[in-house]
Amino acid sequence: MSNRLRRMSALIRKEFAQIRHDPSSLMIAFVLPVILLFLYGFGVSLDAREIKIGVALQDQGKDADSLTAAFLASPYFQAHISRDEQLLEQELVAGRLRGLVVIPMDFSRQVEKDGASAVLQVIADGSEANTANYVQNYAQGVVNTWWAMRQRNHAVWDQHGAQLATRIWFNPELESRNSLIPGALAIIMAIIGTLLTALVVAREWERGTMEALMATPVAISELIIGKLLPYFILGMMAMLGSVAISVTLFDLPFRGSLPALLLSCGAFLLAALGQGLLISSASKNQFIAAMIALITGFLPAFLLSGFIFEIASMPPVIRALTHIIPARYLVTNLQTLFLVGDVWSLLLPNIGILLLLAAVLFFLTARKTVKRLR
Amino acid sequence: MANESLVIEDLTYGYGKHLPLALSALSATIRPGIVTGLVGPDGAGKTTLMRLMTALLLPSSGLLTVFGLDTCSNASQLHEIIGYMPQKFGLYEDLSVIQNLCLYADLRNVTTTDRRQVFARLLAFTGLESFQQRLAGRLSGGMKQKLGLACALIRKPRLLLLDEPSVGVDPVSRRELWRMVEELVDEETAVIWSTAYLDEAERCQDVLLLDEGRLIFSGPPQNLSERVADRCFQIQGISGNRRQVLARALQQQEVQDGIVQGQNIRIVLRAGHGQPALSVLDAGSEARLTPVVPRFEDAYIDTLGGGPGGTSLLAAAMTSLPRNRDVIVEAEGLTKRFGSFTAADDVSFTIRRGEIFGLLGPNGAGKSTTFKMMCGLLRPTSGTGRVVGLDLQKAPGKARSRLGYMAQKFSLYGDLSPRQNLDFFSGVYGLTGAHQKETVARMIDIFGLTPHLTNSAKDLPIGFKQRLALACSVMHEPAVLFLDEPTSGVDPLTRREFWTHINGLVEQGVTVLVTTHFMDEAEYCDRIGLIYRGRMIASGPPDELKTQTRSPQIPDPTLEEAFITLLQQWDAKHEEAP
Repeated sequence: MSNRLRRMSALIRKEFAQIRHDPSSLMIAFVLPVILLFLYGFGVSLDAREIKIGVALQDQGKDADSLTAAFLASPYFQAHISRDEQLLEQELVAGRLRGLVVIPMDFSRQVEKDGASAVLQVIADGSEANTANYVQNYAQGVVNTWWAMRQRNHAVWDQHGAQLATRIWFNPELESRNSLIPGALAIIMAIIGTLLTALVVAREWERGTMEALMATPVAISELIIGKLLPYFILGMMAMLGSVAISVTLFDLPFRGSLPALLLSCGAFLLAALGQGLLISSASKNQFIAAMIALITGFLPAFLLSGFIFEIASMPPVIRALTHIIPARYLVTNLQTLFLVGDVWSLLLPNIGILLLLAAVLFFLTARKTVKRLR
Repeated sequence: MANESLVIEDLTYGYGKHLPLALSALSATIRPGIVTGLVGPDGAGKTTLMRLMTALLLPSSGLLTVFGLDTCSNASQLHEIIGYMPQKFGLYEDLSVIQNLCLYADLRNVTTTDRRQVFARLLAFTGLESFQQRLAGRLSGGMKQKLGLACALIRKPRLLLLDEPSVGVDPVSRRELWRMVEELVDEETAVIWSTAYLDEAERCQDVLLLDEGRLIFSGPPQNLSERVADRCFQIQGISGNRRQVLARALQQQEVQDGIVQGQNIRIVLRAGHGQPALSVLDAGSEARLTPVVPRFEDAYIDTLGGGPGGTSLLAAAMTSLPRNRDVIVEAEGLTKRFGSFTAADDVSFTIRRGEIFGLLGPNGAGKSTTFKMMCGLLRPTSGTGRVVGLDLQKAPGKARSRLGYMAQKFSLYGDLSPRQNLDFFSGVYGLTGAHQKETVARMIDIFGLTPHLTNSAKDLPIGFKQRLALACSVMHEPAVLFLDEPTSGVDPLTRREFWTHINGLVEQGVTVLVTTHFMDEAEYCDRIGLIYRGRMIASGPPDELKTQTRSPQIPDPTLEEAFITLLQQWDAKHEEAP
């Protein structure tokens, strides 16, 4: 065995021995992913089901009744019916209702006369903008469906033209879990790649072991690979474990192939590790390294990856910024792999960009790191 | 030249434009076959020089070659031939002893076949054979230091660099380390040992003495000591108060430097001056001046122009406390167990008003545990601690308001200025209004802090940090002072100044409890308690402990020798009857 190989494998074995002895690394690599998965699998849901709304029924006609029945039957709403609009308004102000549908006095008459001129009022609680949107859209949906049914029952085809026939692809039940969990996987790998790596290198500086290492014949490239490889393997293991849990426990579909998954995650991990190493070469203090890693690694992966917040709806400046966030590309790839399949025309460019980001980060790290103390 | 393993020429190093130079225009040569001491107080530039020698830093200007290898251009070849033990030993605390050795063996290209032999030799050499599977973090300070040395010796280095290997290590372990290193030195190997302990300099064949980045002496330590030959004396047979005698002696024109040594006082006379008249010192009729062998430290202080005077402005500004011999601090059967481990076992002692009591003991013996229980920072499993008659468990707040505490490490707010620190601590101790303002102003005046008032406390020179720490702990005029290794890492001049204040305060009736590793410091104590394996195994005045351990081999033991003998005796007794 050449000296170079021996030194490198010694460093790698050392790192694994340390990981084994250090409960915090094991927690981050294996316990945290499980917690995050359970959180996103069971706890967080972006789907609005059974939104509490009030229906103020001021009309006593047949159409008003059947529309009310349609609201009651909708799985998206939990409707409270009342004749007293004021009472419902108070409930809305108190936050016990998220929206209010007012069916006015002459509703049935208007519908009978000319369907297009009938007016309904929908009031939504704007303090929760997201839910307000749902209230508005779902209410529209309920009314549309009701109108279509009514036309059919009256054996009159809609004079107003074509009807929408919506079909949702890839995630027909619109389960938010199905797109959240791939995002959670990206977060997990960002934590292992960036935070853990930045921390363990800073720790070597703090404990003075880096100084001792540097005074040995070990080369700087060996030191870097000795840190990189163990955490690459750890990150991949955590990822595979998480995918297994997602598929078995949360019934997520996985429509892509294993090579595509390994390739996407591997490219992302390289970028994340590069970022971690760059942080640790800039800060030799665990606390500061952790802070920088959280702000530049974890938070962007959370906020700017499109995992929770739609990138398309961000302001242009922020949208431009997301292009240098590695997690963005991984989230897209993972969502594609889980829900669609191996769409190489989408996956490959993203993998390419990730590798490019990794190369830039490694170049910066290599330029900053010399075998000296400052 | 074959006879020079390391050549330093006009070496300068600075950490930044606005900071003072860490090393300025240093020139020296270091020979193989001997131990060269790199001696100086904290901040003198020892670690910087070590890092330059290992090529972990590059000189700002000047040249440094190790066995002909320039550190700038030949770093990788250099790393093949050096063994380096940084401060904190460079060990992986979460790896076992054998894992640490294996790692460094691989990094130093020791092949598997050679390895068994090398490990066997090193483990036997360091006495770590039976601890191979233990995690390095669980070793005692002394054992960590030996493991650090073993890791640096995996492949026999031509240059062995030890950066403050004896910091925080007890005298017993310190001796063993010296023995081990002296065994190692041969014709081809150069050893550099950096230390803030001046007594260690005397064990080196050659010394580089650094002060504030400048080389103030290089050569065999005896050459420096010779400068004060015939000028070192002990005042023996003192019948009066020896602290007052010292204060008076230091006021004499003839006296350059003086310290307490048990019941005696050691003085160094100014060059060209005669002996001071004993009658002026009021040391009693039995007092006499006896010439003693000069020490490296005597000469060091002399080179720097002598120590500080003997009067403490701090003590003068303090209200004196009643003169009686009441028991002020009392420990009664203090015991602390952590799980199945007994850190302190039935420790009892009393300290009377105006007494200095020292707690001594090897690392991990239970000193700090006892100390923390006495400060009310740790709850005893059983037993009680009382300060000024107040039980630390029942009235901790009230008891603490009567005591001043100085922690081992710099424990002030580094980002605040000295004035802000003083304001804060005086406020914490309940000083308010005009009284607070006056006190803070007085402290600034007494400790000469005016030029540093706007700096951050963390950027102060070490001597000023020390002064500030003392100022912060005495503003509320406590009746009791607790000092935890107050002068470790501090230069001898600052240590003398510190003890001048402590002596002055004690004369005003303040009671002092101090822990220390410095035997010099222990000599200032009226009584010492020796803690070992959680128990107090001996106590008494320093001189009494020395007398107690006299033997035909060591007829006149130093305090350090007495200390080691007492530990050995205890071990011998307890091994016979386990």
